Amino acid sequence: MAMTAEQKHEGIGKYLVVYLCILALAGLQFAIAYQNITAAQMFRRMLSVALVEAGVAVMFFMHLWSEKRGFLLFVVFFTIFVLLAMQFGWTDSFRLTQCAGYCS
Amino acid sequence: MSQADLTLQGHSAGMMTDRPFAIPTKKLAMWLFIIADTMTFAACLVAYGFLRNATPDWPRPFHSIINVAVMTFILLTSSLTMLLGVQAAKAGDKAGAFRWTITTALAGVVFTVLHIREWLGLIGEGMTMFKNPWGTGLFGSAFFSVTGLHITHVIAGVIALTIVGLRYKGGRYNADDIEIVGLYWHFVDLVWMFVVPFVYLLNLAH
Repeated sequence: MAMTAEQKHEGIGKYLVVYLCILALAGLQFAIAYQNITAAQMFRRMLSVALVEAGVAVMFFMHLWSEKRGFLLFVVFFTIFVLLAMQFGWTDSFRLTQCAGYCS
Repeated sequence: MSQADLTLQGHSAGMMTDRPFAIPTKKLAMWLFIIADTMTFAACLVAYGFLRNATPDWPRPFHSIINVAVMTFILLTSSLTMLLGVQAAKAGDKAGAFRWTITTALAGVVFTVLHIREWLGLIGEGMTMFKNPWGTGLFGSAFFSVTGLHITHVIAGVIALTIVGLRYKGGRYNADDIEIVGLYWHFVDLVWMFVVPFVYLLNLAH
């Protein structure tokens, strides 16, 4: 169905706000890169900002928020489950930093 | 026709017309592709994180954020122009939708050129897939793999946007097709939100 000019204008206004929010979050990531903190702290802060940024983009730019609730839950839970399942190897990564079993 | 045939026909007709989650099948297919591609990128980034964490002499070769900041700005802005294209298509503004879709594709081309220029700069400094002057050779393979996978998606997106835009203008595609290619483009943008902090900003030379 074709939208009215008023609906179109309102939609563009909302998207501009979302775009500016995402730009600001991207700017925040660049600011974090120059903070005098450890790499682990920097990683945690950048990941948090990236997750918020991605969430806003998925919900409003990709219109997931306006899809059926069942579909939204399917996408969110399925994706989060698989992403979490990928994290099983980190303990081995930390073990390697301590040379466990591999170097003298 | 027997009662069993009628029942079977009724079932298959139902199966053919009922759409999962009540969204168009093409759109659902794109979402399923995006979910699958999310796993691909996530696997690459997790592997990259694993290597970076486990390697003591990980290089930090980036001295300036200007290039990556400009690339980020262009890609984020291209998401806005894509949205404007979808809005115009839904409003029935064919010329506007085509214009915004091609603008988005051009932003993708500029992004690709900047990205390739950056790659050539790093290669000029002696970085290859297997060695670099700053530290472990793993950095080159990790960097080129992650950013190479992303740039491949951007190039595919530029081609898709151009084809869909032209076919929409020619009347072969409709507003739904613009929206579906837009979903893909937003996904490419979304992946960049994770590539920038982990591959570039965490490797800034302080």
